[in-house]
Amino acid sequence: MVVMDETSCMPAIAKFYLEFTCEESCGKCSPCRIGNKRLCELLEKITNGNGTMDDLNALRNLAAVIKDSALCGLGQTSPNPVLSTLDNFWDEYVEHVVDKKCRAGVCKKLMQYVIDPEKCIGCGKCAKNCPAETISRTDYTAPGHKLASMVIEQSKCVKCGACYQNCKFGAISIK
Amino acid sequence: MINVTIDNKAIQVPEGTTILKAARMAGIEIPTLCYFELDGMKFENKPGGCRVCMVEVTKDFNGKPRRNLAPACATDCVEGMEVLTASPRALNARKTVLELILSDHPNDCLQCEKSGDCELQALAAKMGIREIPFKGEQSHYEKDTTLSVYRDMDKCVYCRRCETMCSKFQSVGALSGVNRGFPSVVAPAFEQKLGDSSCVNCGQCVQVCPVGALTLVDNINDVRKALADPTKKVVVQTAPAVRVALGEEFGMEPGTIVTGKMAAALRRLGFDYVFDTDWSADLTIMEEGTELLGRVKKLLAGDKDVKMPMFTSCCPAWVTFYEKNFPDLLGHPSTAKSPQGMFGAVTKNYFAPKIGVKREDVVCVSIMPCLAKKSECARPELGNGTDQDVNFSLTTRELAHMLKQSNIDLNSMPEEDFDSPLGQSTGAAVIFGATGGVMEAALRTAYEVHTGKTLPKIDFEECRGIFGESIREATVDFAGLPVKIAICYGLSNARKLMEEVREGNPNGYHFIEVMACPGGCIGGAGQPYHHGKSDIIKRRMDAIYREDAGKPIRKSHENPDIIAIYKEYYGEPCGHLSHEQLHTHYFDKSDKVEITK
Repeated sequence: MVVMDETSCMPAIAKFYLEFTCEESCGKCSPCRIGNKRLCELLEKITNGNGTMDDLNALRNLAAVIKDSALCGLGQTSPNPVLSTLDNFWDEYVEHVVDKKCRAGVCKKLMQYVIDPEKCIGCGKCAKNCPAETISRTDYTAPGHKLASMVIEQSKCVKCGACYQNCKFGAISIK
Repeated sequence: MINVTIDNKAIQVPEGTTILKAARMAGIEIPTLCYFELDGMKFENKPGGCRVCMVEVTKDFNGKPRRNLAPACATDCVEGMEVLTASPRALNARKTVLELILSDHPNDCLQCEKSGDCELQALAAKMGIREIPFKGEQSHYEKDTTLSVYRDMDKCVYCRRCETMCSKFQSVGALSGVNRGFPSVVAPAFEQKLGDSSCVNCGQCVQVCPVGALTLVDNINDVRKALADPTKKVVVQTAPAVRVALGEEFGMEPGTIVTGKMAAALRRLGFDYVFDTDWSADLTIMEEGTELLGRVKKLLAGDKDVKMPMFTSCCPAWVTFYEKNFPDLLGHPSTAKSPQGMFGAVTKNYFAPKIGVKREDVVCVSIMPCLAKKSECARPELGNGTDQDVNFSLTTRELAHMLKQSNIDLNSMPEEDFDSPLGQSTGAAVIFGATGGVMEAALRTAYEVHTGKTLPKIDFEECRGIFGESIREATVDFAGLPVKIAICYGLSNARKLMEEVREGNPNGYHFIEVMACPGGCIGGAGQPYHHGKSDIIKRRMDAIYREDAGKPIRKSHENPDIIAIYKEYYGEPCGHLSHEQLHTHYFDKSDKVEITK
């Protein structure tokens, strides 16, 4: 049993285990040799936000077939993380596929760092720490603040989290 | 016997029977991919790897359903077992596994050499695959070729039939599984090229490959170019095993003899002279038989240096095998060239001047059941340095392909004879195509030459057969002189015999015949694909002996054209000129196999 909290993304956890079994597969039987690779690729697609509901069905079927037909213990147990997370965290998979959201904030391609202009005091520390120079000042100054608030240009953001860690005013959140 | 129920059909099977075989007994054919058996010929590939033959065991040894599916090829039946071979669960797994295999396959069937003969293609059609739901990375490997075998491992499905063939049946060990996980592939060790490995070009890996990963090197266009060149005279020779297998490519029953139709078809293709390798097989017997008698005489005279036993040297894969593995025993094989090699030498040295054409303007093409012949005809010693004796070697499959391309239907061809003077042959030459045939042919001639008497019984039954013992032994009485012979096919058996010879020949053999391919040339790698049905090879063999029995002359030394060429040109067997043209020498090629030692 593995204990995890809300900061763990279930599809990402399944992918982590699958990467391990792909490495460990001896390659002798096709369900494990090719099947685990395809499971891994499907999970990659889902955690990148490109998954579809069809992919989730394919994932479930493929995982069941590998468990049913692989030659050795490694192959027969390799899809367990996928089957177990699909059974117990189906809604998280659906969120990744339909809403393109990762509630745990793990899947970088599915998350955004957003600055709340009402909370931002415009100190600029986030912009100084941004390695990709994606943060600039807006024209809007929130009531009660002296400086205009900052904004992140999402298309350039590399999701490193430096702004989030450096904001002392809780103005940056993950969505 | 134990009781099992397969698809609700109750049957009794011997203990140790797999579900796959039990189902066959019940008339149920479970699809397979990696599984491959040559029934009765001691070749079985059963890695249980492809997982296509998965079945649902609804009642196992403990009376309960089995937790997961079972591979039918690798699971033994137990008392009371109940199996469903096509339950929704088994079918879904089979189809999904097939889709997985196809997702790592180029699926270029339209351009693939194996199209139409491909077992994966047939499986996909059978399972009704209409799309491949899995998209992802595909394997890519460097293409590799020898003079005989072309490797495109992108198409490999990792069934490992080639590995079993190469390592176990042939004991060559050039191909084995390398890497692990997704990049697993069958290849020579240490990223060697196949040509740099211990490979002997027997091509049996091609014969057993279910897909187009291992194919032959196609020389059709080279031959077409020669045929289209008005300055060239193109001579063709056809090996004994071709005439009993070519018909299969045109829908005829295995074992149909198409000698006359084939000669007619070759003429329609535009060959100027349609000759027969059988003719040079008779010549081979004259040379090899005389050489054997010469060695036996020396042995009887007490010569300690004489190399005994003598081995046949017709099979080019076998020749390469001992050059690579037994360089210390190079004196044992007969120095006689193979029938293909002799035919080439006679064509270029005797026939070309006879028709008043320079040897360079005669193109000699051979039709062989063999892939190793493609490599053999390129051996530098089998040519004059600028022009090879045999220029191109085509396989039975290539000839069939060429005929189809040229709109020639073998079925509608008339029966025609080979041309003279290199076309007439005896029954002794025909049987070269089956294992034990060279031995029998040599015995027929050697006996009569040695004893001066007529053979009481021409059929040496003890030499024949493709099933049974791996190494067949017999003692033949040469009027008081017991000649001990051995016959085998499969280079693993040849290795055993060679190792015996290394240890001093404890069994006292005089003459040993070796053929690399299952059943001899009839099971050659250039023959129509038998897909593991050893019955097909058996029927080809029966046809060979039928052809022999129907020949008016059945002993090589009685072939009038052979008698004539010795009178006119060569003088005597193993004479000076024949040594120059019809015999060869062997080379130590053991540096090629250091890695596998």
